[in-house]
Amino acid sequence: MDKNISFKLRYWRQNGPKDKGHFDEREMKDIPGDTSFLEMLDILNEQLVNEGKEPFVFDHDCREGICGMCSLYINGTPHGKTERGATTCQLYMRKFKDGDTITVEPWRSAGFPVIKDCMVDRTAFDKIIQAGGYVTVRTGQPQDANAILIPKQDADEAMDCASCIGCGACVAACKNGSAMLFVSSKVSQLALLPQGRPEAARRAKAMVAKMDELGFGNCTNTRACEAVCPKCESISNIARLNREFIKAKLND
Amino acid sequence: MTKIIDSRIPEGPVAEKWTNYKAHQKLVNPANKRRLDVIVVGTGLAGASAAASLGEMGFRVFNFCIQDSPRRAHSIAAQGGINAAKNYQNDGDSVYRLFYDTVKGGDYRAREANVYRLAEVSNSIIDQCVAQGVPFAREYGGMLDNRSFGGAQVSRTFYAKGQTGQQLLLGAYSALSCQVNAGTVKLYTRYEMLDVVIVDGRARGIIARNLITGKLERFAAHAVVIATGGYGNAYFLSTNAMGCNCSAAMSCYRKGAYFANPSYVQIHPTCIPIHGDKQSKLTLMSESLRNDGRIWVPKKLEDAKKLQEGTLRGEDIPDEDRDFYLERRYPAFGNLVPRDVASRAAKERCDKGFGVNNTGLAVFLDFKYAIDRLGKDVVAARYGNLFDMYEEITDDDPYKTPMMIYPAVHYTMGGIWVDYELQTSIKGLFAIGECNFSDHGANRLGASALMQGLADGYFVLPYTIQNYLADQITVPRFSTDLPEFAEAEKAVTDRITRLMGIQGKRSVDSIHKELGHIMWEYVGMGRTAEGLQEGLKQIKALRKVFYSELFVPGSTEGVNVELEKAIRLEDFFVMGELIAYDALNRNESCGGHFREEYQTEEGEAKRDDENFFYVGCWEYQGDDEKEPALYKEPLVYEAIKVQTRNYKS
Repeated sequence: MDKNISFKLRYWRQNGPKDKGHFDEREMKDIPGDTSFLEMLDILNEQLVNEGKEPFVFDHDCREGICGMCSLYINGTPHGKTERGATTCQLYMRKFKDGDTITVEPWRSAGFPVIKDCMVDRTAFDKIIQAGGYVTVRTGQPQDANAILIPKQDADEAMDCASCIGCGACVAACKNGSAMLFVSSKVSQLALLPQGRPEAARRAKAMVAKMDELGFGNCTNTRACEAVCPKCESISNIARLNREFIKAKLND
Repeated sequence: MTKIIDSRIPEGPVAEKWTNYKAHQKLVNPANKRRLDVIVVGTGLAGASAAASLGEMGFRVFNFCIQDSPRRAHSIAAQGGINAAKNYQNDGDSVYRLFYDTVKGGDYRAREANVYRLAEVSNSIIDQCVAQGVPFAREYGGMLDNRSFGGAQVSRTFYAKGQTGQQLLLGAYSALSCQVNAGTVKLYTRYEMLDVVIVDGRARGIIARNLITGKLERFAAHAVVIATGGYGNAYFLSTNAMGCNCSAAMSCYRKGAYFANPSYVQIHPTCIPIHGDKQSKLTLMSESLRNDGRIWVPKKLEDAKKLQEGTLRGEDIPDEDRDFYLERRYPAFGNLVPRDVASRAAKERCDKGFGVNNTGLAVFLDFKYAIDRLGKDVVAARYGNLFDMYEEITDDDPYKTPMMIYPAVHYTMGGIWVDYELQTSIKGLFAIGECNFSDHGANRLGASALMQGLADGYFVLPYTIQNYLADQITVPRFSTDLPEFAEAEKAVTDRITRLMGIQGKRSVDSIHKELGHIMWEYVGMGRTAEGLQEGLKQIKALRKVFYSELFVPGSTEGVNVELEKAIRLEDFFVMGELIAYDALNRNESCGGHFREEYQTEEGEAKRDDENFFYVGCWEYQGDDEKEPALYKEPLVYEAIKVQTRNYKS
């Protein structure tokens, strides 16, 4: 059985994008080790509400690491120090020690303005996808699925790229606030598949242009994004995006 | 009271109905499509695929979701796969067989014509998704790979690692994004639908709350489609996401849409067991694990006792002392029996004292045999991400020690009643995906939810809604200044004011957890008439507590998460009662609905086709406290002979 731990929690409060924001602190007592990080925050909120205070606001939904909603910056790392790449909701309190101080902040990036406390606005990611992150295909009667043969290796690689959950940890970790890992994962998925080739050039240009327009920074190869990605997306995707982008530009 | 429930099933043999329907339905010409507006609420597989398809056809679409992005909908968490009758494996599959398996899996309580159509369009879904760039698993030759799932003797399930739902949803999301870019679909994220607006007997719009500003906003359209998922969170603990709720469905129900078969709740057999009272949700371990994992409990009670005390570990029990109870009871299907059967069998063993963890509420799912047979690498390639997830949560390594699993609420087969066209009992109001009731009967087979969501959204609704909209081409766009909109908005405002005004002492979650306990205890896996009555009594008592002791901090302006949860909980009370009323009425056991009074000597579900061969449709009686009225849609089977389900031989 996991032991119970007690620790000091510092959590970010910010009432809207224009508010300066500050940390609130609370001593959390006897939290079981098999509690997930978000369940620990549920306990915090239950305490706050019972004291007549407003709860600490953060995004969360599926709580099994796939929806990409949770987005907490814990002790200086997006999603906290999880093993093998996992999201905040898959972080368990047994990973912390009795007497620790745990600091929780929102994603901090120009591209993701704070809505309240640790809830941020990530619609910029949707806008980048809308710019070209798809294969244009009409609903109806396409050819039989097995008419397009795709080598297993390519399909598997495309699947790895497609695993991105759009959480934004890559942006939060990057000193430039770059969204390159996110954009390159989508571009790579579709570039690796024959279905995506006809629009490859247009896609790479449109998505990069939209990313720049929305205020995300450039990539300087620090690999911070790769280190924190909960789905282990590789920065070789960024190299592929650069190739796709240059190819597209040369053909202009 | 009798009311004729007309499901409007087209004439002809079951295999020709859909083709005939499409040949004769009314269409809307391109110029008129531009003049017609459709609201789609929800962006999961059904909602996103419908919004994208309708937009692409030329309608003006408004698409709403409560999350920050359409890609977060809970369809994303589906792990295992999607069924289709492609017969790529040459194992004898066909449209008819998929239809038959689905009807049988649903314990003969689904509507034949709907299920046949579902099986028929299943192949197009795979074609469509591949064309979109969904990276399904492939064989070395480049062809698509398949695996098998519960309730089937063929391999017809297409998958993308353990993330099939994610990949299919991202496919639909990309189609949706393409249409947003084209300007045909307008997205409203972080909006929650709180009421449907009826004008002259037809659904003409919605009232939605902007979750950032807290303001109520009015939206008008020629038709409203709800695709807002199931009601599993009435049980508090379920595999659903935290935000999953039944409020949109309940607002339709309160406005007169029938709610069908609410008692059909699926309890999934392979979830990680409950560990403590702080737990917020239950995590599913994909059904695909049952392909290679073997389920067992100890044969000897004393071994079980030691496991419960923690003095013995599963891997130390020799093979001859293991009871592979599914293989023992159901030799033909073994570990791949349908979910309802597997869940009940696990409960039966645990009730007898054979549970294997400290709470006595768990059974083993063991991969030792698969690792011996296939090697660790193959098992890791198939299930690696699921094993990692399991270890992350439980701190146990499933490569070395058997997994522990227990059933949990997962999916709801019941939902808003719809006819063959997916139209509810309110004109112009449609329901698709998990939030309708039509295709799974009393039990859904694995990998069929994704199939139904996408079938409804890509291939069914875009056709059937035109049959309705064709009559609306002369109807001009509505103003949201109509008195009906003002009235609906005021009702929502009053409701919010009431909840905010209670100013009691208890948080929403503390009351929700209590509701969940009542639901699980009395309206869960094993139900009795007595227990259901007690459950209803307790729900009603707890509702009084809710209205007198609830505390919602903050104000109606700006983000107020507690208020969002309070509104949803108020609706879960109505939903919880509805499940109990239906379960109490249905004096038989079928699929996910198991009444302990109605079972065979071997403990199998005992249906009563003479008295309960119908869809139970419930109508709201004007007040949350009043018992709803029941109408019956008789089931008509023409193609399949109704018989007792048999997974033994």
